[in-house]
Amino acid sequence: MADLSINFAGIKSPNPFWLASAPPTNSGAQIHRAFEYGWGGAVWKTIGAPVLNVSNRYGAWHYGGQKMLAINNVELISDRPLEVNLREIRDVKRHWPDRAVIVSAMVESTPEAWRDIILKIEDTGADGIELNYGCPHGMSERGMGSAVGQVPEYCQQITQWVMDVAKIPVIVKLTPNVASVVPPARAALAAGANALSLINTINSIIGIDLDTLEITPSIGGKGGHGGYAGPAVKPIALNLLSSLGVDPVVKQSGVPISGMGGISTWRDAAEFLLLGATSLQVCTAVMHYGYRIIEDLTDGLNAWMDAKGFKTIADVVGKSLPRISDFKDFDLSFRAVARINPDKCIQCNLCYVACNDTAHQCIDLVDASGNRVQPYSYDVRSNGKHEAVSTRPQPVVREDDCVGCRLCHNVCPVDGCIEMVELPSGRPSITWDELTKARPELATDWEAMKRYREEVGIEIH
Amino acid sequence: MQIIKPEEVLSEYHPPLTDHEAVVEANRCLYCYDAPCTHACPTHIDIPRFIKKIATGNLVGSARTILESNLMGATCARVCPVEELCEGACVLGAEHKPIMIGRLQRYATDYVYEHGIDVFKPGAPTGKKVAVIGAGPAGLTCAGELAKLGHSVTVFEKRELPNGLSTYGIIVLREPVEVALAEAEMVRRLGVEIKTQMELGRNLSWEEVRNNFDAVFLSVGLGSVPQLGIPGEELIVDGLSYIETSKMNPQALQVGREVVVIGAGNTAVDCATIAKRLGAERVTMVYRRTDKEMTAYPHEYEFAKKEGIEFRFLTQPVEVLHEGGKITGLKCVRMQLGAPDASGRPAPEPVPGSEFVLPCDQVVKAIGQEKPAVAKLLGLETEKGFIKVNHEFETSLPGVYAGGDCIRAKGSASTVMAVQDGKLAAFAIHRRLVAGLEAAAD
Ligand SMILES: Cc1cc2nc3c(=O)[nH]c(=O)nc-3n(C[C@H](O)[C@H](O)[C@H](O)COP(=O)(O)OP(=O)(O)OC[C@H]3O[C@@H](n4cnc5c(N)ncnc54)[C@H](O)[C@@H]3O)c2cc1C
Ligand SMILES: Cc1cc2nc3c(=O)[nH]c(=O)nc-3n(C[C@H](O)[C@H](O)[C@H](O)COP(=O)(O)O)c2cc1C
Ligand code: SF4
Ligand code: SF4
Ligand code: SF4
Repeated sequence: MADLSINFAGIKSPNPFWLASAPPTNSGAQIHRAFEYGWGGAVWKTIGAPVLNVSNRYGAWHYGGQKMLAINNVELISDRPLEVNLREIRDVKRHWPDRAVIVSAMVESTPEAWRDIILKIEDTGADGIELNYGCPHGMSERGMGSAVGQVPEYCQQITQWVMDVAKIPVIVKLTPNVASVVPPARAALAAGANALSLINTINSIIGIDLDTLEITPSIGGKGGHGGYAGPAVKPIALNLLSSLGVDPVVKQSGVPISGMGGISTWRDAAEFLLLGATSLQVCTAVMHYGYRIIEDLTDGLNAWMDAKGFKTIADVVGKSLPRISDFKDFDLSFRAVARINPDKCIQCNLCYVACNDTAHQCIDLVDASGNRVQPYSYDVRSNGKHEAVSTRPQPVVREDDCVGCRLCHNVCPVDGCIEMVELPSGRPSITWDELTKARPELATDWEAMKRYREEVGIEIH
Repeated sequence: MQIIKPEEVLSEYHPPLTDHEAVVEANRCLYCYDAPCTHACPTHIDIPRFIKKIATGNLVGSARTILESNLMGATCARVCPVEELCEGACVLGAEHKPIMIGRLQRYATDYVYEHGIDVFKPGAPTGKKVAVIGAGPAGLTCAGELAKLGHSVTVFEKRELPNGLSTYGIIVLREPVEVALAEAEMVRRLGVEIKTQMELGRNLSWEEVRNNFDAVFLSVGLGSVPQLGIPGEELIVDGLSYIETSKMNPQALQVGREVVVIGAGNTAVDCATIAKRLGAERVTMVYRRTDKEMTAYPHEYEFAKKEGIEFRFLTQPVEVLHEGGKITGLKCVRMQLGAPDASGRPAPEPVPGSEFVLPCDQVVKAIGQEKPAVAKLLGLETEKGFIKVNHEFETSLPGVYAGGDCIRAKGSASTVMAVQDGKLAAFAIHRRLVAGLEAAAD
């Protein structure tokens, strides 16, 4: 059994899974229950300035019969009185000394307001503080949330106010609603933040109701942008996480990063760890299925770590970061082609139509005697399963023409049926950077490019 | 005593899919390209296309996709032997469950019928007139397709209600009568005139048809159940009328306590099912060959066994025993399989001295249907007793076309095959009539 415990900037938790600051962490009673299920920690639903929430707060994006691949919300921070939250935080921490209890906060942008809330939070015995610089709606209009997170100077200034007061670890939670998360992250670090977390929700309009033509969710007929989260945002979160992981300033600071955005399964969790997250936060998946998902999150992660020989979370963190690089450094001579395993193929022809319509027209339909046939070439009078199945052609890749785009592999519904096979390209390995350093004209002159291709034998169909 | 309500025990076997079930099932479809299910469907409905439309909530479009290829899509959704056709070819069948194509088809077609939506309009009039004889699936399809192309079509039907065996022959367990009648109404709304109780050769003369129409489509189906030629046969119930009564007037159907059904085709299974569900204590099907040669589909055979129907293979009835007009038993002889006969199947031969009696109080025969009588009436060329047609569905009389069960010399008779005939014949007739129109314009 691997050791799942973590020490995150001094905050200890028995496993890396924390509930993100959101509806699942809205009250003491809820967090008690979550901890009973085994969650390693919880980031309390953001507390701070007084707010009022609206009805119809959550929109959802459903696709292909699957519910809630993403959620969007116009919820504000906690709408329960500050004192009630503080009392419950104290109570939870007293009952659960081994779990991480972190309090998310957001107040008006003055040193006094921040000083006041930090002192109150520390007084509860909480393990850490998370600064919410992310809310994209409502609070930002009042000069908080993403209004802070989008401007590195504000980030730095406010973090500085907090660091002047705080004695427990401070995590700065970043907004994804920026061209790059690196400047605000660096700003937080410059002010001395102990850790970073990301991502908060992404600005979005989740959809329109085709019956009423209203924006979803509709608040008395009006709607607008809200924060996007859930499985669909994972690729964006992973990218932003890795952009911190490869940033020299962030790397050098050595601060840990708490990763979130679309974590639903232990597989997602492992990916976040591999790209540099030390703790993991989950919101939407819990809103969909409840606290009970923690069981498979820890169990699955554990089994995977055992199988891979990872003994601790630290062994996993950042393991894939060294593979992150840029297009200019990719090997232009690497060659892969698609190969279909006829024994696994169920002949749905999805690879055929994908390649034929939108890739490089290099999959043929071949009949039993090896002849190329056109689709829909059966007689209108033919019928019956026997004839349909026994005369069905087989898709075959013309490997010489395959550019290795991997589209067919991606659409094939059968696991392991289309393999991308590495073939020797017959060319020495070279990157775009190396190539254009040696022959700068290739970057600007198509004629030169043509000559180069002929020279090394690259033919494009 | 338990009171059996026929409308309950004989009502449609599968419940309709709920909206949720339909969407989940539709989303399971891979949306194959040049899909094998479409190839396997005799009418080549673009199955992935109609299923995709269910997935996206475009039910009218889905029904239109179905009905474009198969005007009797609502009947076919219920009665097609999908295991042998579309679903049997579904790529998901090998490892998983195939898509429930039939039930999705029913979901989409029911939607337009229940909402009174017509997905087609009659075409611009061409001034050409076509007569269709017989308002079964073949005839209605041909008439509907011709109406869509703008021809003026009159259907003559000898019975009181249209839609042939869909109305009178397919047990309610599989298809309620209303569905068959709704299809006929849809064809009517395309401008087709359906004249019932008009029988060619009785109150409708061939001259009248030939003189008043530019083309004729014969879709008369087959006849009644043939004679067995055994003593006491007059006491045997005809399987087709047994089924018909179960649909039209179920209260009036006399069901025995111990029923023997002669035959082992799908019709025999239907008769046995009705008897069993309406309270017969014991229902036995007797067939002179073995389960390997029987013509019922494997899934029908399984269904029958699940219904508690018993089978006696290698058994040939030789006499109906009776006392005072009441059946007491069916005398049979055991059979054995000999050398292959003309059909290529091993010929059954009686085992000498093996007579025995199956006690029973009702005997139903379902041993196929007689060949179409119209062929002889009109002097048409035939093939194994069926009307002979060429590649264009034209009979030996120019301008006279035929399709459906009455031409089914090869292949198995089914609604969907009749629909495909009707559709292809309509296109052939249209080509002929349009050529005529062009010639007139020159
Ligand atoms: C009991 C039974 C169960 C069946 N179950 C199934 C099933 O589950 N699935 C399936 O796919 N198929 C089934 N079939 C077969 C299917 O019903 C037929 O293949 C299909 O109905 C053939 O259509 P058709 O239009 O050729 O003929 P029919 O449906 O037989 O229609 C012919 C029409 O022509 C009329 N007609 C006949 N002679 C004249 C005349 N001289 N003048 C005017 N009108 C005339 C008849 O009254 C009838 O309405 C079943 C058949 C039977 C008998
Ligand atoms: C309904 C809702 C309310 C949220 N409220 C807060 C909040 O008060 N403070 C905060 O820092 N983040 C809040 N978030 C953002 C989450 O903490 C988290 O960053 C985001 O949902 C991404 O994670 P996920 O994909 O697992 O949901 C909220 C998210 C949702 C969906
Ligand atoms: S990898 Fe791309 S180009 Fe090659 S066969 Fe697949 S789809 Fe076509
Ligand atoms: S997508 Fe996969 S299963 Fe489908 S035809 Fe292509 S190789 Fe076969
Ligand atoms: S074969 Fe099956 S999965 Fe493919 S399109 Fe047809 S129903 Fe859908």
